[in-house]
Amino acid sequence: MRWLLIGIVWLYFLVLLVGPILYMASQSFSEGLTAFWTEISRPEALHGFTLTAEITLIVLVLNVIFGTMTAMVLARQKFWGRSLVSGVIDLPFAVSPVIAGFMLILLFGPDTVLGTIFGQAQIKVLFALPAMILATLFVTFPFMVRELTPLLQTLGTEEEEAARTLGAGEWQVFLKVTLPALRWGLVYGATLTVARAIGEFGAVLVVSGNILLLTQTATLHIYQSYVDFNYVAANAVALTLLAVSFAILTVLEIAKARAETTVAEAGAQ
Amino acid sequence: MKIEVRGLTKTFGSATAVGGVSFVVNEGELLGLLGPSGSGKTTVLRLIAGLEVPTAGDIFIDGKRVNDLTVQERNIGFVFQHYALFKHLTVFDNIAFGLKIKKWNRQDIDQRITELLALMSLEGLGGRYPHQLSGGQRQRVAIARALAPRPSVLLMDEPFGAVDAKVRQELREWLIRLHTDLNVTSLFVTHDQEEAMEVSGRIIVFSKGKLEQAGSPADVYEEPATEFVARFIGSMNIVAGVVRRGQVQVGSLEFPAPGFFDGQTLQVGFRPYYVKVAEDPARYRQQAKLRHIYFLGVAYRLEIETPDGLILRSRMNKEEFRRCHFTVGQAVSFAVTHFRILPQEGAGPAIEAKPGSPITGPLTP
Repeated sequence: MRWLLIGIVWLYFLVLLVGPILYMASQSFSEGLTAFWTEISRPEALHGFTLTAEITLIVLVLNVIFGTMTAMVLARQKFWGRSLVSGVIDLPFAVSPVIAGFMLILLFGPDTVLGTIFGQAQIKVLFALPAMILATLFVTFPFMVRELTPLLQTLGTEEEEAARTLGAGEWQVFLKVTLPALRWGLVYGATLTVARAIGEFGAVLVVSGNILLLTQTATLHIYQSYVDFNYVAANAVALTLLAVSFAILTVLEIAKARAETTVAEAGAQ
Repeated sequence: MKIEVRGLTKTFGSATAVGGVSFVVNEGELLGLLGPSGSGKTTVLRLIAGLEVPTAGDIFIDGKRVNDLTVQERNIGFVFQHYALFKHLTVFDNIAFGLKIKKWNRQDIDQRITELLALMSLEGLGGRYPHQLSGGQRQRVAIARALAPRPSVLLMDEPFGAVDAKVRQELREWLIRLHTDLNVTSLFVTHDQEEAMEVSGRIIVFSKGKLEQAGSPADVYEEPATEFVARFIGSMNIVAGVVRRGQVQVGSLEFPAPGFFDGQTLQVGFRPYYVKVAEDPARYRQQAKLRHIYFLGVAYRLEIETPDGLILRSRMNKEEFRRCHFTVGQAVSFAVTHFRILPQEGAGPAIEAKPGSPITGPLTP
């Protein structure tokens, strides 16, 4: 019985995860290493990688700042509507990214107030970088907040108060006490944000218009290549993204282990 | 430096945590704020530190009003109940934290920390992290960290609350020695009356945000100013009765109450060791039944029940106990040799009857 269960898990694992990955890898190199290299170094592919990296970086910075702020407010402040905010933060997990993208289209469309304002200011939001960043922000926002809020609650305020009694001002308290206590949580939340931002497809597809060499991210490039029957290109770019994701996952596992020991130490005191 | 609070009040919403408290901590004194949990003593400490803002009243440190100074500007050392050590920093860096904030130079920091580690018996532990220390060591690191920047006063919130009984005893003795050496004005909060008695030079007893009594441990123990203090400090038998012909009548017990009017209800308190119990029913006038014997290590406690259903506690040393041959359930005789009439809410001072002074005929052997 025990072996049967283990066998089923292995089979499931092989069929669902390992099989497809190996098959994709073999397909990427089906026309040789040169073809693989040509495909990932084509201007369209390179542009896709660059755009994905840009969006990811900007989203990461914004999420670290506003995610930390939100977590601090949620963990420390008591205010009217706190549970409402806390509940709404999870919304992006529940809403399909396509709907998230569609909401942005409605919000910034040419006939809306926001659309008119940005239109007159000559700022292109839709089918350009701003909307793609907004869409990615929407789907990644919960990661940071969900990671840091419980950590801040466990940390409590005593260490911060101790720092104040020792003469530390509010910035010093934050930089020398709060932030170090959150460090592994930050790394964990950041890696999740990066992984999700790199892989985002639906929301970005809707708001970007998928314009070649302009708004085509790496995932959109995979999709486009596949639609255009260029399987080698699709496989090659996909494999590259997969390698990045795998690297991120490794960082994530390390961060998770460290964050857990931090929490365990906090709990032990 | 001297600490003084005048009419200190703190309310949280409609709840009053501290209601108009005034007291002085003299220069170089080690003063204990004693009270049950929820009595507002920790709030008083946090108000003095500047971690809370008072609703009313003034706080003076070294004669200067500090109400408008922030916690950072008050130059106080604060020891938190659960240590609140910085978990990501070593012992050395924990103690150095305040010195770095105050921009001490490297050599001075090193020197100060070496000095403190020696003083706290923490030599060789500078490189450890808080989770690698025992409870007692953590507590000493917390005190060292608070003392490092040479604060004008040291405030400690339940300093020994989170360590086990044996370590607590060692830490108490150690704190007394440390205070004798450093002589920094110190105020600590505790709910443990034994700890307050042992450690403090003077005790302030708190209840429900009000100051009940301030005095030396002996004063507070021997002459409780209020019924609350009598009940809270040590063990005390407290009985209530109505005054008749100048005596409080409690069943068959009578306690003289000169100066009180007939018909007044009074409470009388007496420590268990002032209740003398004998096997011989003729030895003392009062009769009772022995309900229970408790072995306390250094002494015995007897629980007796009078025919009126009054349950009293008596304390007896070992020698005395061995001379008698008590069995639970037997009839005994007893006398109360020393008692106090406890002050009523808002009444005058307590009236004392000294041991040896005649109490009432029937009570003496």
